[in-house]
Amino acid sequence: MIERALNPFLLVASLAALFAACLLGSTPLPFERVLAALLGQASGGDQLVVWQIRLPRAICGFAVGAALGASGAVLQGLLRNPLAEPGVLGVSACASLGAVVALYYGFAASWAYAMPLAAISGALLATGFIASVALYTQSVVTLILIGVGLSSFAGAAMSLLLNFAPTPFTLADMINWMLGSVANRSFTDLWVVAPFMLLGGVLLFSSRRGLSALTLGEEAAIGVGLNIKRLRLAVVVGAGLLAGAAVALAGAIGFVGIVAPHLVRPLVHHDPARSVLPAALLGGLLLVIADIVVRVLPTTTELKLGVVAALIGAPAFAWIALRRRGGDG
Amino acid sequence: MAELKIADACLTVAGATLVRNASVKITPGELVVLLGPNGAGKTSLLRLALGLLPPDSGHVTLDGVAVSKVVPAERARSIAYLPQTRPLAWPNRVRDIVALGRFAHGVVLGKLRTVDAVAVERALLACDLLALADRNADTLSGGELARVHCARAIAATTPLLLADEPTAALDPLHQHQVLQLLRGFVDDGGGALVVLHDIALAARYADRLVWMKDATVVADGTPAETLSVERMRDIYGVEATINSDGAYPRVSVEGPA
Repeated sequence: MIERALNPFLLVASLAALFAACLLGSTPLPFERVLAALLGQASGGDQLVVWQIRLPRAICGFAVGAALGASGAVLQGLLRNPLAEPGVLGVSACASLGAVVALYYGFAASWAYAMPLAAISGALLATGFIASVALYTQSVVTLILIGVGLSSFAGAAMSLLLNFAPTPFTLADMINWMLGSVANRSFTDLWVVAPFMLLGGVLLFSSRRGLSALTLGEEAAIGVGLNIKRLRLAVVVGAGLLAGAAVALAGAIGFVGIVAPHLVRPLVHHDPARSVLPAALLGGLLLVIADIVVRVLPTTTELKLGVVAALIGAPAFAWIALRRRGGDG
Repeated sequence: MAELKIADACLTVAGATLVRNASVKITPGELVVLLGPNGAGKTSLLRLALGLLPPDSGHVTLDGVAVSKVVPAERARSIAYLPQTRPLAWPNRVRDIVALGRFAHGVVLGKLRTVDAVAVERALLACDLLALADRNADTLSGGELARVHCARAIAATTPLLLADEPTAALDPLHQHQVLQLLRGFVDDGGGALVVLHDIALAARYADRLVWMKDATVVADGTPAETLSVERMRDIYGVEATINSDGAYPRVSVEGPA
């Protein structure tokens, strides 16, 4: 019952949150005016606020959260481990490094696709590396330590680039990416990364059935007829595309990929395949809400979405790690 | 009619010969138990049979086709496999785990077609799991979990079944329950190759015993034909007494030879 209602509920809640994101802000707009603006029947000023500022920002937040939620859910299915997530495994950090490299050398300013391609390359390298290490070890601890190593390495490389930043503007740009935010994003920004997100999403969604089989363990999964090499490739490429595109759009935003799948898993009988879609929807919903909170908080400087996500997500990560059923550590 | 045939197969991994010139045939209607001490090559032979590892020489064929060339899903519709370690990643429902046995039939969890749902119900019934069907796997005992894995293999409705030590770490009652399930599978027209360490259990339920030692198949025949005091000494290095008066030979191990 809950299972059947889950996706429709999350969809409706997400749409409501997107609508709320258009209502709320430094100058709250009344319900009728937002509705009129969405239908294209409002004054020029309202149209501008809704279509150029609030809606693209909210949809970008949703896309980023959905991408991270989905890639978290499939990585957890593939590695058979509730702690796997783009952020924890160092995938987001490597994608950020790619993005920062593109900013540092000025590629990002001269070609719109430079940033997403650089971020996605970083993410794919990291997911490929993690998945190939996972072939040799069943130890969750090893994988997470390797993620920590990847994150630290990418962090150090980024610090190096910050150190050598040619101008203060580049420096500010790079720091903004590392903190993570969807402020001032336009539909143009979204269209640039959308093809990568779409491709990644299709790859993950079409391979999700294999994740159910992996529940049984790799050998038994092969025994029931899973083509594990194909699954691994699809997940690595799909999760890399999604995490890389998310970073290209919003910078590094951690822990959504771990919290969203964790919350939906008990509602879908712990089936990794059935958790992909609701994890994506919930990830999107969480980030839209978090972004509304960031915007309406009366702070002098607007908080960065990535900072808020980490402030909430990191304790959640620790809590999940503590509650994890022991055994395969 | 499914026939799995290992003919003169050799397997060498990293310089170590794991299987040497092995020939074994598995056909429906026969429960074959693979015996031998630790490291004799039993699991390797099972993996060869399943096509997970291709033989260095010789042939492993499923109905005449090299098994390593058969598409995974197609192979899985002919051969069910219970590996030695069966770590479950998540606390799934029993019903879902059993349904995964039909993965190669295109099962999508939560949306079972009638034919799949019927096979799952039958397997749950055969393994006495109906009462536990909606429980999560992490609430089950070791014996109950072993039955769940058996049900998973039975739900696949394959003509053949390979099982690697399905009775490991089970108490005597559950050991017999698992063997009776496998026996039932064979009596219903299936063929099974099962690795066991309990010779008494093997002699009680098997139609045929295949004995392995040092990567080689040294004997292949009915329990009455192949089970002897000398063989127990030769293969396992133990002294045993064998009583052949009943319907099946009863063996008890007295101690090291």
